[in-house]
Amino acid sequence: MSGSEVAPQGGSEVAPRAVRLPLWELLDVALEGVRARRLRAALSALGIAIGIGAMVAVLSVSASAQANLLAEIDALGTNLLTVTPGQTFTGQNAALPSTSAAAIDHMPEVESDVAVYQVPNVNVYRTRLVPAAESGAIGVDAAGESLPRVLQTSLSSGHFLGAVAQRFPEVVLGAQAASVLQITHAGEHVLVYLGDTWFSVVGVLRPALLDPGLDSDVFISLPVAERAFHLRPNPSEIYVRADVSAVNEVAKLIAPTANPQSAEAVQVGRPSDALQARAAAKGQLTSLLLGLGAVALLVGTIGIANIMVLSVLERRGEIGLRRALGATRRHIAAQFLTESALLALIGGLGGLALGAGGTLIYAQIKHEPFVLPAYALLAAPAAGFAIGTIAGLYPAIRAARLSPTEALRA
Amino acid sequence: MSSIHLQDVSRRYPGGVIALDRVSVEIATGERVAIVGPSGSGKTTMLTIMGTLERPSSGQVRIAGRDLAGVPDAELSALRAHRLGFVFQSFHLQERTSALKNVAGGMLYTGAARGERREAALRALERVGLSHRVGHLPSALSGGERQRVAIARAIVKRPPILLADEPTGNLDSAAGGAVIELLHRLAADGATLVLITHDAQVAASFPRRLHMRDGHIVADERA
Ligand SMILES: Nc1ncnc2c1ncn2[C@@H]1O[C@H](COP(=O)(O)OP(=O)(O)OP(=O)(O)O)[C@@H](O)[C@H]1O
Ligand SMILES: [Mg+2]
Repeated sequence: MSGSEVAPQGGSEVAPRAVRLPLWELLDVALEGVRARRLRAALSALGIAIGIGAMVAVLSVSASAQANLLAEIDALGTNLLTVTPGQTFTGQNAALPSTSAAAIDHMPEVESDVAVYQVPNVNVYRTRLVPAAESGAIGVDAAGESLPRVLQTSLSSGHFLGAVAQRFPEVVLGAQAASVLQITHAGEHVLVYLGDTWFSVVGVLRPALLDPGLDSDVFISLPVAERAFHLRPNPSEIYVRADVSAVNEVAKLIAPTANPQSAEAVQVGRPSDALQARAAAKGQLTSLLLGLGAVALLVGTIGIANIMVLSVLERRGEIGLRRALGATRRHIAAQFLTESALLALIGGLGGLALGAGGTLIYAQIKHEPFVLPAYALLAAPAAGFAIGTIAGLYPAIRAARLSPTEALRA
Repeated sequence: MSSIHLQDVSRRYPGGVIALDRVSVEIATGERVAIVGPSGSGKTTMLTIMGTLERPSSGQVRIAGRDLAGVPDAELSALRAHRLGFVFQSFHLQERTSALKNVAGGMLYTGAARGERREAALRALERVGLSHRVGHLPSALSGGERQRVAIARAIVKRPPILLADEPTGNLDSAAGGAVIELLHRLAADGATLVLITHDAQVAASFPRRLHMRDGHIVADERA
């Protein structure tokens, strides 16, 4: 044992000043507090974790759904252009020139194209007995053989119009038209009545995502349409696949090519644009889900505040001791604030894991891509931290206001 | 210069309780003083006022010559952090924290660096004779050992004033005797020691004894 025991601090009579505790010291004290009450800490962090997890899941699931739709659009290709008649100078409905399909087909950057011709005033019936009004929603189009290929769609049954269809009355049904007609399978003996001729149904199309308008139509070949009905030589719509690297250029050139006399009477569209806009809308959160997440967070916040208030009451002895050891009110407030922020931060990270895990399971069940929005990685712990600070404010102030003697007597 | 000086100090509590009634006492640097008296006589109240944990309702408190009237709370805290060491009847140890860390925590609010606190804590534990218990949790220690850890925590910053409120109250007479002996030894090189006790034998070991009754110092006895 050394000679000097409790040596009075060398004669300095300068009044000591309260020190500022650096962050790591605060963290150390807070960690000690958390470790001393693990179960309680785990429960309060869990409250926050559930709230944040719900938010993360809501964000990720909608992001996954959006990514899924975008992937589908990518698979369909974003290089499809549609050419339809616009309006003339005088505001009348224009028509595409009969030469437009061939002119577009000759453009160097066009990979493939197919023209569709509307067959007007022809109704489709399942039997002769069905009144015309009931199947009036089904349109009849004449189309080239390459329609499914250009639209990247396929048939759920049978095949598309082929060589036989060029001479015989064969028809292919759009998905919606097939369901209206209550036909699920194509076959030699499945017949529909077009105008006044029986056509055999050789194929049923799957829904055409890029142009859902086609789903309610039925398709026959051009030569048959010309023979059986009065077909005008003007295409009602031309579908064009452009070279992926030149889609914008083709889109600009296509109108003057289709109609050199009045390019403004030609309308050019890009269906993938509309789909992408829809995908973006799908990525937006519904206010209902957001509200649910917010309620869960609020409950977690109240929970953590509640536990911190209890903790302050329970730890009066510790608070009194720290005050006796020289802690200022500010030190005490900072300690409790740090502790609740730490708990909520842990809760936020736990919530991130919970939400990500939930989304992963959801994505696997729904066969959707798993997407965790990048900002969630930062937002989840940040939100936890913010909540912890807000929830810890009142308990921290209460702890700081305790009189040291009362705290020690408790 | 006097270490602690109370001049006409009173402490009234809401409800009309007068815990201290115009008490004046001067304690010199390096003095060792026992406070005795019946329960409720105001011993703890006087000690906490000396320790700046509580302010008097009226009267003057001087620590090392400095009048504490109007000194802001943060400065009183700093004064405690650097100049005052407390020992209580209940040890107030962090149960999930090692003896070493408990003791080092006694220096947290002085602004000393972590390494410095650790060094000082090791030395303090050595001085209370617990070098072999450094890594133990309080739950693994006997009552006497726990109080010695608490004493190490109080002296780790080498405060010139040591205040103890019934430090042997929770200990048997053997352990209590050892603790009192330790406190005497620690104060031997110049620290002021003020200690409350109910034990006449403990009080007898002090060169000066203040007898209290009903908020008054009724006798100031010197050996
Ligand atoms: N916060 C308070 N509010 C009201 N009365 C109080 C308060 N603190 C102490 N008292 C009263 O002041 C008087 C002195 O109390 P104090 O604790 O100083 O006594 P003591 O001598 O330390 O007693 P003991 O030996 O039992 O510890 C008692 O009557 C007590 O009830
Ligand atoms: Mg007392």
